[in-house]
Amino acid sequence: MKNRIDSCFEELKAQGRKALVTFVTAGDPDMETTGKLVLSMFENGADIIELGVPFSDPIAEGPTIQKASLRSLKNGTTLDMIFRLVKDLRTKTDKPLILMMYLNTIFKYGTEKFFGLCKECQIDGVIVPDMPFEERDEILEYAEKAGVYNINLVAPTSKGRIKSIAAESKGFLYCVSSTGVTGTRSSFTTDFDSFFEEVGNNVKCPACVGFGISGPKQAAEMSRYCQGVIVGSAVVDIVAGNGRDSAQKVGEFVRSLREALDK
Amino acid sequence: MGKIGRYGEYGGQYVPETVMNAVKELEEAYAKYKDDPQFKKELADLYRDYAGRPSMLYYAEKMTKDLGGAKIYIKREDLNHTGSHKINNVLGQILLAKRMGKKRIIAETGAGQHGVATATVCALMGLECEVYMGAEDMKRQSLNVYRMNLLGSKVTGVSSGTSTLKDAINEAMRDWCSNIDTTYYCIGSVMGPHPYPQMVRDFQKIIGEEIKRQLAEKEGRLPDAVVACVGGGSNAMGAFYDFINDSSVRLIGAEAAGRGIDTGKHAATMAKGSVGIFHGMKSVFLQNDYGQIDEVYSISAGLDYPGVGPEHANLRDTGRGEYLSITDEEAVCAFEYLSKTEGIIPAIESAHAVAAALKIAPQMSKDQIMVINLSGRGDKDVYSIARYRGVDINEE
Repeated sequence: MKNRIDSCFEELKAQGRKALVTFVTAGDPDMETTGKLVLSMFENGADIIELGVPFSDPIAEGPTIQKASLRSLKNGTTLDMIFRLVKDLRTKTDKPLILMMYLNTIFKYGTEKFFGLCKECQIDGVIVPDMPFEERDEILEYAEKAGVYNINLVAPTSKGRIKSIAAESKGFLYCVSSTGVTGTRSSFTTDFDSFFEEVGNNVKCPACVGFGISGPKQAAEMSRYCQGVIVGSAVVDIVAGNGRDSAQKVGEFVRSLREALDK
Repeated sequence: MGKIGRYGEYGGQYVPETVMNAVKELEEAYAKYKDDPQFKKELADLYRDYAGRPSMLYYAEKMTKDLGGAKIYIKREDLNHTGSHKINNVLGQILLAKRMGKKRIIAETGAGQHGVATATVCALMGLECEVYMGAEDMKRQSLNVYRMNLLGSKVTGVSSGTSTLKDAINEAMRDWCSNIDTTYYCIGSVMGPHPYPQMVRDFQKIIGEEIKRQLAEKEGRLPDAVVACVGGGSNAMGAFYDFINDSSVRLIGAEAAGRGIDTGKHAATMAKGSVGIFHGMKSVFLQNDYGQIDEVYSISAGLDYPGVGPEHANLRDTGRGEYLSITDEEAVCAFEYLSKTEGIIPAIESAHAVAAALKIAPQMSKDQIMVINLSGRGDKDVYSIARYRGVDINEE
């Protein structure tokens, strides 16, 4: 079966549009709200959604997602609950769903069992922020067997390693906009022209940029460099402020991002 | 050893992409300098003239007689400058950081011993230093916080998670992700991504090398057992390493059982942990079935870490290392015992090793020799031990 991420980018390319990838931490404030948020984001123009699996010690995250992770864990969120949610969502949407999670939450669950369930629940990809390219063998064989893409990340600091990472990427390449952890930023200091030139020269799949994109204006600016943008903390901030009633506000925000990208 | 940076299945380099190149650069720099004669001479000079090495190997005669078993020697790492073995590693890493052209040093600290050692060497070398410390640990170890400030370092409290050592490491890693070009992360134990576990062990292995030489001079033979406390495991790895191929020498690590390993209030990674991937390494961690890292507890701020260095995990699996768990109560009793018996106040971390010795030495014969690695001095702990015993010594 063809991976939904590939179909999604083919469709976008035909339409001449950029991808909007959004993120929400699963189980924050509860699983029911997460389900509503996913559907609301898809309805309002998100193309791909990353569900964050909460982890006790998310070292690549800034305060926003750290706190969301903690709230979710305090509610008792488990990976099994997230798989159940995805199963349910699959009766309502056929758009790409990705899990963003720390390696230990896969490893301890049992890597083979985990990817078996990904296949069963029709998860299209995983992003593992604490697993660099060199350690990909930890999951790659199981992921490939299940037809789940391991989404590679590159950062401006990847330098000489960009080439090999980009060349081997599938689904899309996650380009980290700048050094540091997740969270919104008012400005960037990265030399985007040279970073994305290096990425563009080597990548064989679409590239999307994330980390620090706070709103429609930045999303539109950043989308020039690649095939899509990833917005996480800005969504989670709205959830933090509105709890169970956040679906509508998040929907409006996602719509504003969509409109900025389509202009 | 098989793959580089692996100890059996343990070790590896599990870090975010943003810091991966920095880890690779460090790996290259360490490989380049570790056998460089100039680097080695500079480090040897600092060990001798600044840290006060070699540390003494002291025959604890009263303790030996009292226990009636093995002859006990104490390796006095507590007599090093800054009061613990931590200075050995920090001198090595900061010399390396300088050669790599780094201007800013960050570190994590639990009890404050590694933080103080880092602040000290940064003062000596004229480098900017920021130490991350759990807010809870800052309360428990306020004296060391002041000491670091005095040495010109910034101490940043971490109140995420459990506000202890693990959270300080998380925050230091986030800082490193953000300031990768200017900043060197000076990890304090044999943990983290390769090359840290190897590098820190190499800078600490002088402990075991000295023990071997000093005991050869005094007794003309190898010890029968070497005992050390294990949090991340740097002093233990340093004491054990030179004896790994001497199969007659028992290598015994003492980890923190807190209020007891079945109370849920402990840091007994070896007794209760399982294999996981965290803080840059595959090793053994205290975690739940979903891989969420446990909150851990010990009276010792330096041992309450939910993991252990990968080389220790491998020593355990291969049966070369023995690990036992020591409760708060046993450690405090050992703290008091060594103070009264030998006139040496051990760090509460090191008191866990003393407690292990109190259990094992009496079972050994009189012609056997045990070496306790006394990793640090206990001045910093006097307040918390008094509090534990219900004594109020507030200086009002």
